[in-house]
Amino acid sequence: MKVYFRTIKDLPGEEYFGPGQLTCAGCGPSIAVRWLLKAAGPDVIVVNATGCIEVTSTSYPYTAWSIPYLHVAFENSAAAASGVESAIKVLRRKGILDTKARVMVIAGDGGTYDIGLQSLSGMLERGHGVLYVLYDNEAYMNTGIQRSGGTPHFAWTTTSPVGSKLKGKVQRKKDIMSIVMAHHIPYAATANIAYPIDLANKVKTALEYLDEGPAFIHVLAPCPPGWRYPEEMTVEIARLATETGYFPLYEWDHGKIRLNPPSNAHLDKSKRKPITEYLKRQGRFAHLTEEDIKEIEKEIDEYWDYLSRLVKAFG
Amino acid sequence: MAVAKALSVREELVKERLGLTSNYAAAYAVKAVDVDVIAAYPITPQTTIIEKLAEFVANGEVDAEYIPVESEHSALSAVVGASAAGARVFTATAAQGLEFMHEVLHIASGLRLPIVMAVPGRALSAPISIHGDYQDIMNARDSGWIMLIASSAQEVYDSIIMAYRIAEDSRVLLPVMVSYDGFLMSHTTEPVEIYHEEYVRKFTPRNLSRYRLDPRSPITIGVIASPEWYYEIKYQAIHALKESKSVIKEIHGEFNKFFGTNYDIIEKYMVDDADYVLITYGGASSGNAKEAAKRARERGLRAGVVRIRLFRPFPTEELVNAIKDAKVIAVIDRALTPGNTYEGPVFSDVITALYSSGVEKPVVSVVHGISQRTMLADDFYNLYKMLDEYAKTGEYPRRTVFMGLRT
Repeated sequence: MKVYFRTIKDLPGEEYFGPGQLTCAGCGPSIAVRWLLKAAGPDVIVVNATGCIEVTSTSYPYTAWSIPYLHVAFENSAAAASGVESAIKVLRRKGILDTKARVMVIAGDGGTYDIGLQSLSGMLERGHGVLYVLYDNEAYMNTGIQRSGGTPHFAWTTTSPVGSKLKGKVQRKKDIMSIVMAHHIPYAATANIAYPIDLANKVKTALEYLDEGPAFIHVLAPCPPGWRYPEEMTVEIARLATETGYFPLYEWDHGKIRLNPPSNAHLDKSKRKPITEYLKRQGRFAHLTEEDIKEIEKEIDEYWDYLSRLVKAFG
Repeated sequence: MAVAKALSVREELVKERLGLTSNYAAAYAVKAVDVDVIAAYPITPQTTIIEKLAEFVANGEVDAEYIPVESEHSALSAVVGASAAGARVFTATAAQGLEFMHEVLHIASGLRLPIVMAVPGRALSAPISIHGDYQDIMNARDSGWIMLIASSAQEVYDSIIMAYRIAEDSRVLLPVMVSYDGFLMSHTTEPVEIYHEEYVRKFTPRNLSRYRLDPRSPITIGVIASPEWYYEIKYQAIHALKESKSVIKEIHGEFNKFFGTNYDIIEKYMVDDADYVLITYGGASSGNAKEAAKRARERGLRAGVVRIRLFRPFPTEELVNAIKDAKVIAVIDRALTPGNTYEGPVFSDVITALYSSGVEKPVVSVVHGISQRTMLADDFYNLYKMLDEYAKTGEYPRRTVFMGLRT
């Protein structure tokens, strides 16, 4: 990524995501959207998938969006954004309108990992100049905490409950970044609301690449009611996700893979905080046994092994 | 004199006379209106529309963004996005594709986007059938779109041009579906008069004053509405659809004047003095009905046909006026509404229209041409004979007649 912002003071003072929207206290996704819009500036059109952000920010007759905003449905934000991007391109070419606006999708994990995966893949394959931002709160929080393809192994949700036979989600979290990178788009990155400067620079970098094709940013955005932790802990928990190596920060930039700080130090496992620091603060993991935690640790190590091989091959 | 004038109007406007299927006629109309964004996903019997448009784009004959989407759901979603951004858009589908789009059909009308879509009607799975009927169209009936049903390739071409004027009219701002017979029209070549594009574009100027996504004047499109607001917002769209009928008639009048044609929202064929009237829609069914009416007239039966061209909003007053003096009427449906009292969907619409005007008539529900089961002019001629029999006895079937069904 290029560095456009060095400190928080370099970000614009303007708020494009207005106050008064209806998200829960401590909402990770609403923090993500605030930084996303600051980094993108006013010349952007947002296409939002159905989900928490959509229902809490557009309650008629109010809106939290001071940039143009379109919501169509749950599974099709990438398709709708493809249409917006194509319209801008052709209307400029024909001299009918002179807008240069960038198009940015904002969609949750349900709308991306699961029901929206097909339209996302279609948009990436066709090469539309759209930045797709996934805000990942790791379950269908809008409908009341149901498991998604983005929910981690063992996590409690209402559809992966902790019972006498099954304890939390049986399956592992889908590796959405690898799926996206397999489309060989110009740019894909992970980001985390606890690292706003890194996030903002990735957004700006991605937007600058859109003339070449699509970009994708996977933002971790914790959810107090869904992850079951006190609302003032959102940023701390998000930071722990990266510090423990659970959610590494990295980017795919034109075929090169780079680990970003602080994750660039985490190939050495001893530099990562113990995973229990992350797990123990969240009620969704309260039922974990020692064995379960070992299993999670093993899975994280496996992912780091995979990442290290990617970095070796594409670094 | 009026005819002579109309002919001279057409002489100037017509660029060439081509042999086109209804699908190609649709593509030529889309080319003529200078479309901006086309979303395309293949499905039989629609595919040759998007193939022709792909050719036009590849040859530089149409300056449009052609989005080869990965599904029909995305096809309609992409044109929703493009239309919201201010573009003139087109997509086409049929059958399973229209079903897959269904969610977005309601969204397109709810967001008041002037999308135009062509749908050659096809039977629905299961069992899977690629052949024509109108089940897909009928399932889209309550989605708030304006729906036109054409009966010839020329009419498909003309209707799509009209559809852009109707959809983008500031008093309307609703999506328009132009449908016609799958295969029997979509794949049948007919002579079509193609107009010089400068005239078509003069008739279809862009409406750039409508709301769109623009950073200079940001708006939020696609909000959530609480029960306190939803009902009113929905009613506005429903009201706009109902009120669109007068605009549609006005635009039909302008089109007829401009292009020297004679379209109306219903087509009446020998109806004025008819005792027995067949009401139907689409090409094959209305063509057979007209042929049967001619034969019936030759044999002394006063037979007539009403073809429904504008299906939504329903042409209630026009239809009731056309049939109010008939003795017995039959409605021929090429679709089903399973489990209803009568299985013909448009039959129910006709009954409702008559009821709204306080007119009581013997009306027979007939279903034919399902999955393109061959409809013969003789079948419809026999129907006139049956109607004559019913008039004499005063007895007529109180359940749907399934014509052409092997028993």
